[in-house]
Amino acid sequence: MNWKLIVAIAQSLLLARWRQTLIAAIGVTFSITMFITLLSFMAGLNDLLDGLIVNRTPHIRMYNEVKPNSQQPINQYAPYQQHYNFIHSIKSGGSRQEIYNSALIMQSLQKDERVVGISPKLTAQVFFNDGSIDITGAINGIDVVVESKLFHFNEYITEGNGNDIGKVPNSIVLGKGLAEKLLANIGDVVQVTSAKGNRFQLKVVGFFQSGIKELDKVQSFASVSTVQKLLGKPSNYITDIQVRLKNIQMAPALAKEYQQLYQTDAEDIQTANAQFETGSSIRTLISYTVGITLLIVAGFGIYNILNMMIYEKMDSIAILKATGFAGKDVKRIFLLIALSIGFVGGMLGLLIGWLLSYSIAHIPFNTPSLPTVKTYPINYNPAFYVIGAIFSLVTTYFAGWLPARKASKIDPVIIIRGK
Amino acid sequence: MQPTTPILEARNICKSFHDPVSIQVLKNISFAIHKGEFVSLTGKSGCGKSTLLYILSTMDTDYEGQLYIDGILMAEKKEAELAQVRNSKIGFVFQFHYLLNEFTVLKNVMLPGLKLQKYADAEVEHRAMEKLTMLGVAHLANKKANLISGGEKQRVAIARALINDPHIIMGDEPTGNLDKKNSDIVFDIFQQLATEFGQTLLIVTHDPNFASKTSRIITMEDGRMI
Ligand SMILES: Nc1ncnc2c1ncn2[C@@H]1O[C@H](COP(=O)(O)OP(=O)(O)OP(=O)(O)O)[C@@H](O)[C@H]1O
Ligand SMILES: [Mg+2]
Repeated sequence: MNWKLIVAIAQSLLLARWRQTLIAAIGVTFSITMFITLLSFMAGLNDLLDGLIVNRTPHIRMYNEVKPNSQQPINQYAPYQQHYNFIHSIKSGGSRQEIYNSALIMQSLQKDERVVGISPKLTAQVFFNDGSIDITGAINGIDVVVESKLFHFNEYITEGNGNDIGKVPNSIVLGKGLAEKLLANIGDVVQVTSAKGNRFQLKVVGFFQSGIKELDKVQSFASVSTVQKLLGKPSNYITDIQVRLKNIQMAPALAKEYQQLYQTDAEDIQTANAQFETGSSIRTLISYTVGITLLIVAGFGIYNILNMMIYEKMDSIAILKATGFAGKDVKRIFLLIALSIGFVGGMLGLLIGWLLSYSIAHIPFNTPSLPTVKTYPINYNPAFYVIGAIFSLVTTYFAGWLPARKASKIDPVIIIRGK
Repeated sequence: MQPTTPILEARNICKSFHDPVSIQVLKNISFAIHKGEFVSLTGKSGCGKSTLLYILSTMDTDYEGQLYIDGILMAEKKEAELAQVRNSKIGFVFQFHYLLNEFTVLKNVMLPGLKLQKYADAEVEHRAMEKLTMLGVAHLANKKANLISGGEKQRVAIARALINDPHIIMGDEPTGNLDKKNSDIVFDIFQQLATEFGQTLLIVTHDPNFASKTSRIITMEDGRMI
């Protein structure tokens, strides 16, 4: 097959109608540009929103749920075992929040190949005493170094130094909203009352802003030992073990496994935050749908222009066929025209799409709830570019296919006789 | 001087159109053309000359009877193979000077040669220039095809028909659209091709003057040869 000749003919036909060709190519360029920009922006946004939750949430959280014992005594008493027992006002008396053998469990998790790291946690419900008013809140006891490494704790410290809670005894990092309510500044001392009625003085060493306002109005952080003291518990008292995995997809399976193995409750991130998964996938779906719709519209544009071109070039096609070009040669010529429109338009679209998303990524985007975000989020995933390139070629190929087939079927006799 | 196989042979060719009513346009046409013959095909308007020529040139495949080119039966050939036959063995000159307006004169002449791929591209160009020179239009080689006159176009079309050294040149009233002077030029070219190069030609014409100067006249009437 003489491709050089086919290319030369296609090129001449294209250049003879360069205005139409340009319009068709611009259609493809526009849709690919929008496709790239839209997906990059949407994916960036998804990453940002997921990051709000996923980065800070343990992949698996192990805890003991406070709930009534499912083995109530009456059911175990032999004479009533065949009966249907109604019990009212059951209390979850015997159960404890503490994870038994927490030190051992943590040791064994540390050795697990599939685990990146673990971080212990316990929470105390307290009142912050502000003059005569008591504000309810919670103090989370964390290991600040591990917590930062695994869950980016330090990124959300807007003022002060988060690491200080590990160094300064009886210190606390307050949620931004909580600090505003308490009118507390860094270096101030706040007074808290534990659920059991004990009073403590804690020094404020930093402010914390999570991006979720309601949370910042009640949350605060201190070291594990400070909170244990607050609760009047020994140093092995832990209520949560937070696990970060190498592969987040394994969380549900591993949660089940750990539940069996360590006899605790274990919740995976997918179950805990199902709504975020759904949100992300729907946003992605919408952007793909819009992008592909744009491409299909561009495809129709190419179809129209090629059809018109073939109508205008009937005579030329008839001569080509009369002088020895076969139907398949003619078909190749027009498919090549379509594909070059798709290729040039698509490449240009990728470039402009990249430039556009690059400039969006530099537009300032300051929101008080997202302290770490300074510009609009963009995800430069190469997959978008690959998909864009493939789709521009595929749509133009299909847009060109019918007209090209029509051209290849033109009967030169009818054209020549019709003159 | 009768060569063994004729260049072109038609046996009992019949053709009917069915639109709007069935009419038989060609009725049992049989004849042969041998190498070096300069044949003219004449007859009243509407007697089926063009129809026959389209069949003989392999462009029209919807007919009954047999067509042999170089002793090979065309009926069994596929579309691409027929295109190959047209490319290598038949040169066609139309009444309306069909050139590709997107290309230069030279490129127009070269295209069938480039398609054939018998010679290298440079050689095809060289041969195209030779043909243009022979037809006295070499000076137009680099002009766009739509910018030259009708008479010039027809000479370029003949150059294009000659590029692959075809076994036969067919023309459907190639002088029909030209004035007396240009008609004479074109006829002289055909005459020269026939006598000097032994080129076989089959030309449809309405011009009795033109026909009388050819070596053999085939006359058609009402779809038959007489
Ligand atoms: N596609 C067609 N459908 C129906 N009838 C047709 C068709 N093409 C040609 N005919 C008829 O076939 C007959 C022969 O036509 P043809 O063009 O071969 O004549 P011709 O001898 O070349 O005439 P002219 O000298 O005027 O060119 C005419 O009567 C014409 O009307
Ligand atoms: Mg005719």
